[in-house]
Amino acid sequence: MSETRSVGPVSAMRAHFDQPIRLKCGATVPQYDLVYETYGTLNAAKNNAVLICHALNASHHVAGYYADQPQNVGWWDNMVGPGKPVDTNRFFVVGVNNLGGCFGSTGPSSINPATGKPYGSSFPIVTVEDWVAVQARLADYLGIDCFAAVMGGSLGAMQALQWAISFPERVRHSIVIAAAPKLSAQNIAFNEVARQAIISDPDFHGGNYYEHGVVPRRGLRVARMIGHITYLSDDAMMEKFGRALRSGRLGFHFDIDFEVESYLRYQADKFASYFDANTYLLITRALDYFDPAQEYDGNLSAALARTRSRFLVVSFTSDWRFSPARSREIVKALIDNGRDVSYAEIDAPHGHDAFLMDDPRYHGLIRTYFDNIAQELGDVPRSPAEAAADALMEGASPL
Amino acid sequence: MTQQEQISLAGRPDFAAIAAWIRPNARVLDLGCGDGLLLKYLKHTRGVSGYGVEINDDKVIASLRNGINVIQGDLERGLAEFEDGAFDYVILSQTLQAMRQTEVVLDEMLRVGREAIVTFPNFGYWRTRWQLGVNGRMPVSDELPYQWYNTPNIHLCTLHDFEAFCAERGVRILERLVLHENKPVRLLPNLRGSLAVYRCSKA
Repeated sequence: MSETRSVGPVSAMRAHFDQPIRLKCGATVPQYDLVYETYGTLNAAKNNAVLICHALNASHHVAGYYADQPQNVGWWDNMVGPGKPVDTNRFFVVGVNNLGGCFGSTGPSSINPATGKPYGSSFPIVTVEDWVAVQARLADYLGIDCFAAVMGGSLGAMQALQWAISFPERVRHSIVIAAAPKLSAQNIAFNEVARQAIISDPDFHGGNYYEHGVVPRRGLRVARMIGHITYLSDDAMMEKFGRALRSGRLGFHFDIDFEVESYLRYQADKFASYFDANTYLLITRALDYFDPAQEYDGNLSAALARTRSRFLVVSFTSDWRFSPARSREIVKALIDNGRDVSYAEIDAPHGHDAFLMDDPRYHGLIRTYFDNIAQELGDVPRSPAEAAADALMEGASPL
Repeated sequence: MTQQEQISLAGRPDFAAIAAWIRPNARVLDLGCGDGLLLKYLKHTRGVSGYGVEINDDKVIASLRNGINVIQGDLERGLAEFEDGAFDYVILSQTLQAMRQTEVVLDEMLRVGREAIVTFPNFGYWRTRWQLGVNGRMPVSDELPYQWYNTPNIHLCTLHDFEAFCAERGVRILERLVLHENKPVRLLPNLRGSLAVYRCSKA
């Protein structure tokens, strides 16, 4: 089933940009590469493009798999594909690795052409606004004037929101899932613990560990562990692991006793084997700094006044990292501006990670929303029942 | 197709009554919007804009399918997402009788809307009275299709009850329409009407 509905084998593409980009921090990146993937076909009107923005540890590899790595399935493969909620038979879907990333786009581990060495600690701080500006350059490169939708979960949702602010005329629908309009002190605190774990690792070498032939693995591992705990709900962890012991009895040592420890260590090892520590620092900082209301004296409604797109905002009841109340702040600010917005609060047990899960209510909602977008594009005939309902509405005259 | 048939097809006899009171291009909030058909109907017939509020997952999706803005939430927790006076009309269509916090809901409606439109099944309708008064059984009808043990309708009232309630809470009734089988009832409405439609504002 999943195989027949996969976009199948995909390959990443690379775009080079010579036009310098000035970042919010004041630094300029003179040239850079972006690695991206696309699925589906851009139609003649070029109005069926959907941009998927990735969160902390994901990449441009949204859907499908690589022919030489069939196990390497895209991170949102359950959402994007033929017949899936974001249907690649209808939409041209774009995934892009953000600037500062570690999956092929220019980032701290890339070679700085000016020095011939990795950027390392000299890579400038990037923000959500910068990422969106860079994504817009990719849209230009691909010939996309206006996205049918920009969509993301968590940090990806912040980018979707920023798109609506930065380029209101270039996005028709914004799908904002498991988001917050800015991080709380607790959110920033978790990020700081993760960063301190990395920075205090003796192998970090001030961010220039590449030239020492090492990576701050221990720091990255702890950073991933703390992050991972915040993505899951207490109930989900208890359900999955409980207090189960790996060997069936207490070992009276500090090695692995509990299954949850085993799981965390496994996740940590996996993560530390592929993710760049400097990128982790950059991305957590981008999260901390995201606050579109800041330049409007904290007034989110004022910050969202320039948006023009229609919104779907989705939250999950068990998400304590970005709780439903945080999504409702966004919804309220959009309502204050009279924007078209729908909001759904999915009763899911998985915590923040629920946005990646295959929940029928959640996927049904996204599917319905994208069906409507497809119908706006005019490329999908309505079902007879829908057509009849519409005829009824059109025929009804004011009393 | 006659207009009456169209309205019946649209599902509910109170739709037409509500639409008749709504100014073109008004801003409307529909509480307990269900599948969103009323707002869709008002969008097409009156060019209104606005939102529906609905708690049920499946109905939220149905509302999306009908192309309306729907906010998932529990009316009984208040309407914190909405500013004072944000809407021309706030509609509560055949939902009042199922609310626990009836007073809170009516207050919130008149906080966020300039006018409230409320519709409910009239418990004073003669068949209802007959079933209880003569047969000695809890009433079951098209408007109230539930048995006493599974009904969500916990706050049923008559026209007189609702009007007394409004008077006590300083709510002004601007207009009233009482219907039975889609037809207005003018003579003895509290006895002969099965569906009440009110338009109210703050006094």
